[in-house]
Amino acid sequence: MPTEPRSDTATCQTAPLDVADIGCMVGAAALGRERSSHWRPGLAGKGQAAPCHSEIFAPSGDGSGAAAALALALDDWRHTPRPEGAEAEDRRAVLWVQMREAARLVGRPYRPGLPEDVRRRVIHVLADTPEDALFALEEGVRCREIAFVIGEMLGNPRALDFTASRRLTLAAERHGVPLYLVRLDARPDLSSARMRWNVASAPSPEARWNPQAPGTPAWHAELFRARGHRPGEWVLGDGGRQLLAKSLPSAERESEKSSVFSA
Amino acid sequence: MTRRILSLWLPALAMDRWRLAHEDEGDTQPRVLISDTAHGPRIEAANRAGAMAGARRGMMLADARTLCPALLTAPADPAGDLAFLEQLAVWAMRWGPWSAMDPPDGLLVDVTAVPHLFGGEGGLLDDVHAAFARRKLALRSAIAPTAGSAWACAHYGRARTIVDGSQNDDAIRRALSDLPVAALRLDEDVLTVLRRLGIKRIGQLDAIEEEGTGRDAIQRRFRNRKSPAANPLIRLDQLLGRIPEPLLPVVPQQAPLVQRRLMEPIRHRTLLDTVLDDLALDMARELEGKALGARRLELGLWRVDGEVIVRRLEMAAATRDPAHICRLFAARLDDVDAGFGIEMLRLRASWAEPLALAQGDIETAAEAHGTSLSACIDRLTVRLGAEAVARPVPFASHIPERAQRWHPPLEPEPSSQGLLEFHHRALKLLDKAEKIAVLYATPDGYPKRFRWRGTVREVARVEGPERIAPEWWRERGSARLRDYYRIEDGAGCRYWIYRQGLIGDGRGGMPDWYLQGLCG
Repeated sequence: MPTEPRSDTATCQTAPLDVADIGCMVGAAALGRERSSHWRPGLAGKGQAAPCHSEIFAPSGDGSGAAAALALALDDWRHTPRPEGAEAEDRRAVLWVQMREAARLVGRPYRPGLPEDVRRRVIHVLADTPEDALFALEEGVRCREIAFVIGEMLGNPRALDFTASRRLTLAAERHGVPLYLVRLDARPDLSSARMRWNVASAPSPEARWNPQAPGTPAWHAELFRARGHRPGEWVLGDGGRQLLAKSLPSAERESEKSSVFSA
Repeated sequence: MTRRILSLWLPALAMDRWRLAHEDEGDTQPRVLISDTAHGPRIEAANRAGAMAGARRGMMLADARTLCPALLTAPADPAGDLAFLEQLAVWAMRWGPWSAMDPPDGLLVDVTAVPHLFGGEGGLLDDVHAAFARRKLALRSAIAPTAGSAWACAHYGRARTIVDGSQNDDAIRRALSDLPVAALRLDEDVLTVLRRLGIKRIGQLDAIEEEGTGRDAIQRRFRNRKSPAANPLIRLDQLLGRIPEPLLPVVPQQAPLVQRRLMEPIRHRTLLDTVLDDLALDMARELEGKALGARRLELGLWRVDGEVIVRRLEMAAATRDPAHICRLFAARLDDVDAGFGIEMLRLRASWAEPLALAQGDIETAAEAHGTSLSACIDRLTVRLGAEAVARPVPFASHIPERAQRWHPPLEPEPSSQGLLEFHHRALKLLDKAEKIAVLYATPDGYPKRFRWRGTVREVARVEGPERIAPEWWRERGSARLRDYYRIEDGAGCRYWIYRQGLIGDGRGGMPDWYLQGLCG
């Protein structure tokens, strides 16, 4: 991951950021009042409810969409405080809904490649039509024994209009089951999703033992619409048990411009 | 605990029935029961005096008459015998929870955990013999751990044999080794073959089988015989309890069933839904009374014009929640053509599993909050089909696409070996690996550039090869090995590709490259 000094003058230090500094950054950011409206990993545990409906726009030519959605979902899931009186071990399932064309283009989840926590939980649903996929997503977010729902839909189907997305948002918020909808090769049309991301693969950081090998996955993620957060750009990285995020300098500038439209 | 099966054999069932029906005529004269065949009357059974005079079962009556001209005859009644045997099987349930008929003249009673009520197994047999003696029926009996061994001892063993099978099958072997091979319940022609081979006792067959290669030899000889009665090995295994032998109980289990006959045929969906609600409530009460939950439900709709429409429903977990049942059926009733009206509805739980009564309001908050997972799966499978909802489970194979299988979502996961995670695997796997054109240093250098779905990408970083050899025990000998590479292109997209084969491995021409997986 290239390390660049952050051109942030508003609150605190200008420091080169890398994987080791993330925790420090998060701590410092938590202090800054202005930046508390910025998204950062692990936000679900800091008094804010996890966003119940996120949309992730990604190209269908690589696996970045589903991987980033899974990373965001796991980040929220690990940081969400368990309610009082819940079972010691969370055994809830994960529902993974794919439209058939999406599964043909980007493949189906492969158990040995999934994160360790998710392997035993995945329940996969293959839907032929967008209507069926929406039905499955809604049934998923209504179910109390599901930790989170991941959907993968291709393009802009007519069935997925504003009403449908509003319906999903309300159901997800009512039952507290987060939904991460990956939109492959889609235009950002009208939607009531609480967070909308643009995701693409980013060059991975250098692998530990073999500099020639691809390292842990990294994604370039742009939060372009969010309720309660400023838009911004990050390079997200998979840090094993946690999600790493490195803010990009352009993010600040962009956010200044578009903060008027957010929320 | 081992099963205990009581086998009852009525050697003179037909003759005993005739005697009970004609007690005034006495049984001192030689008498036979005959049936008509294409070649004249044939003897089906003979009484003691008849047997003394030389009449045997299967003889033609004309032949028997030459030996004993004074032979009296009566018609045989096989259908009546069978009906009598069925009655007898129901009556024999006084010694065990269920009994099965063993036509033409036997009964099998499951007496597992019962004998202590009669003072042990000897006491049980005494009671059985006393009861049959009161009814003036001749009887041979045996108790053994399997139906096959009990049958063999009752028909060919000493009277009132009790085979102990609590430890292993040695006791059964010892008890049966001296019995003729006919005790295996084999067809006539198989017995002939065994006799010609010189195998006359079960012990001989067992000894051959013990010698390692012997079982293969017998297996080869009877390899085309799939039916148990034609294959001595299957019969021997059934006898020793190595493979199960299903028996059909004489009193079948009744599937819970509720139905509504309607005074006026209904043609509208709202009315149908109302009747279905009532039926689901009735069914819930019926199932609750038996502490069962339905796994499969069949709804039959009888139309006025004689058509019957059947809708089936399978549930992921046993349930008797009427609201859930109604909701699932509602999706299945959209395409019902009522025609001139539906006059009767019947709901039948053809597959039910035990489901204990549960306290309803212990988790009121949890129940009000969302659906349970099994209900969610039910709704998904009803709308999308059973194939559409699945869970990935590991399978023992090196080939990546074979290492994962799809199972129904709520089935317990099959046991599997832990994986050695030396290598990274792709997050997503394409249904079918896509062929790509790759520029690489022959014969086995790193890929430099590749074309996939019409775009050319430079390979920036690469890791590999991870060589996966073909599974020779599954595939043909011409299958080629695979060298897997994990690559990242200039834009950061990560893929999992492989080269199939090597140059000069003698299994085809130039190796092909495939893109199989998308990494995170």
